[in-house]
Amino acid sequence: MSQMLLELENVTKSYGSLDALKDVSFSVEKGEWVAIMGPSGSGKTTMMNIVGCMDKPSSGTVVLDGRDISRESPRSLTNIRRDTIGLIFQQFHLINYLTALENVMVAQYYHSLPDEAEAFEALKRVGLEERARHLPNQLSGGEQQRVCIARALINRPRLILADEPTGNLDEANEGKVLELLRELHQEGRTVIVVTHDPEVAEQARRTIVLEHGRVHEIRDNEKD
Amino acid sequence: MFIRMILGALFRQKGKMLMVALTVALGASLASAMLNVMLDVGDKVNRELKAYGANINVLPKGALLLSDLYGMEQAPDTPDMYLSEEDVAKVKTIFWAHNIVDFTPHLNTSGTINGGADAVKVTGTWYQKHLSLPTGEELETGIQRMRSWWDVSGDWISDEDTDRAMIGSALARQQGLELGDSFTLGVGTNEQTFTVSGIIEAGGDEDDQVFITLKTAQDMTDKQEKISSFEVSALTTPDNEIARRAAENPRSLSAKEHETWYCTAYVSSICYQIDEVVPEGVAKPIRQVAESEGTILEKTQLLMLLITVLSLLGAALGISNLISASVMERSSEIGLMKALGAHDVPLTWLVLLEILLVGLVGGLIGYFAGLGFAQIIGQTVFGAPIAAAPMVIPLLSVLVALVIIVGSLPSIRYLLSLRPAEVLHGR
Repeated sequence: MSQMLLELENVTKSYGSLDALKDVSFSVEKGEWVAIMGPSGSGKTTMMNIVGCMDKPSSGTVVLDGRDISRESPRSLTNIRRDTIGLIFQQFHLINYLTALENVMVAQYYHSLPDEAEAFEALKRVGLEERARHLPNQLSGGEQQRVCIARALINRPRLILADEPTGNLDEANEGKVLELLRELHQEGRTVIVVTHDPEVAEQARRTIVLEHGRVHEIRDNEKD
Repeated sequence: MFIRMILGALFRQKGKMLMVALTVALGASLASAMLNVMLDVGDKVNRELKAYGANINVLPKGALLLSDLYGMEQAPDTPDMYLSEEDVAKVKTIFWAHNIVDFTPHLNTSGTINGGADAVKVTGTWYQKHLSLPTGEELETGIQRMRSWWDVSGDWISDEDTDRAMIGSALARQQGLELGDSFTLGVGTNEQTFTVSGIIEAGGDEDDQVFITLKTAQDMTDKQEKISSFEVSALTTPDNEIARRAAENPRSLSAKEHETWYCTAYVSSICYQIDEVVPEGVAKPIRQVAESEGTILEKTQLLMLLITVLSLLGAALGISNLISASVMERSSEIGLMKALGAHDVPLTWLVLLEILLVGLVGGLIGYFAGLGFAQIIGQTVFGAPIAAAPMVIPLLSVLVALVIIVGSLPSIRYLLSLRPAEVLHGR
């Protein structure tokens, strides 16, 4: 049985005459921590959208957990995303009229059944049990990002997909978030972090460097 | 969780939701006021129109035949040319008795004044007759109520007066009679002296007539308990296709159509019912009056309906703008829900239910505000309160729901077209 969770083969994504991704191929093993790096306009966000089942490639194949997601319908992609992926955003994207606890429960609601105790445990794990009943605007940036991580974890996804998870955080909070990602990796979760920060990328086992929509370099951080 | 999300959206976005509720309330209040007035205005306008006279005339069968065949207005003096006075009150026993507002009998004859050579038309009638009906109902009716537009100098006579009369203004001028003057009225071989109690300025044939009480006219013509005709003022429903066919021939209707027609206050069905209780007479609608009343009523109701539709259309536009703005503002939240696995249908329900709940509150406020507006309209225009029609509640609920759904359509289309990648990552 394949140990690969994600395999991209000759993936191209075009917007009109512009190729955001061009013939990109790489794979990610189950339980691996991979960073995708690159400057602005290198295709990181497009890559994140395709791997996160929020967009489809113009050509090429993307196999996630044994399913070719480049051929799935939008409805099916929604189901795969819900069941397989935990999303962490740079802007946190919390619902501003729901408490931290309710924001975590929203992910449960669209996945299966909301369980307040379980959602509370997820917040406890990210150190926010005291802030569970607070609204997002009553939380600091670091706390909001930890709520976002708790929400990403709640449905036990096979892949954690984080887009610039420390981009809006100070050093102290960056450390806390990276520590959480490290713990998740140690538990055997597959983690893909999209970042432009070399320090964040260095935490991963491998770094895939994109430039002008192509894979410029695949770096093994453990060897280095 | 669904309820928590809805309550969260409602109570933590009070400002926005209040605006939507107020927009719905404004539209609903106008619709509620107009619908209540529209449903009650039929009776009100009808009653106002009754001030302009009768819409049904009941003649003896023989007189009608002569009138129809030979155009004879003055019937020859034969028994089948008269109805019985006691037939008049029977109109209050028909199925649509409550719609009979006023009625009065006439005994028409001709006579001479002060022995002159010219024949003048003499009419005996009720003025303000008090009736105790077999049904137990007490009422006052007569020509004074049915000719409210007459300009009368002096006093109306009462039904007990035997020596006072009212005369038309043209006749008074011709005869040189003034208020308080006495004159001798000769009818056949009988003569009687009357005092002029009132002079009538009606702008019609009445200006050349003498009006005395029915009892006096019956005594002078030796026609005790007899009348030439009686006129009825009834509240009617504007004619439709069934009513028009029935007016031509009630037998042309199917059993079901006949039942519908009989149980609706069309002028033809009321005439039919009068014919049933007064077999010696024939009730004929005074078409011009009945049709004018119907037209005025229809136009008034159409105007109200248009205002209702326009107010709801305005509300729909307002709601549409507000909800579209709200959905656009919340596009990242909706994109996030889609990213978390929400499908289009539950998301649509979420937004729609939020708006429907806000609309419910707005609708309730609007309904009661509309009742208030209806009372203001009722008091200002008709000088009477407008009854709250229970059917407005379901009607308004459906209309408000429709307006909200139609108003939400553009934002729901936008919501369905939202792609999480676009709103979360700008691509």
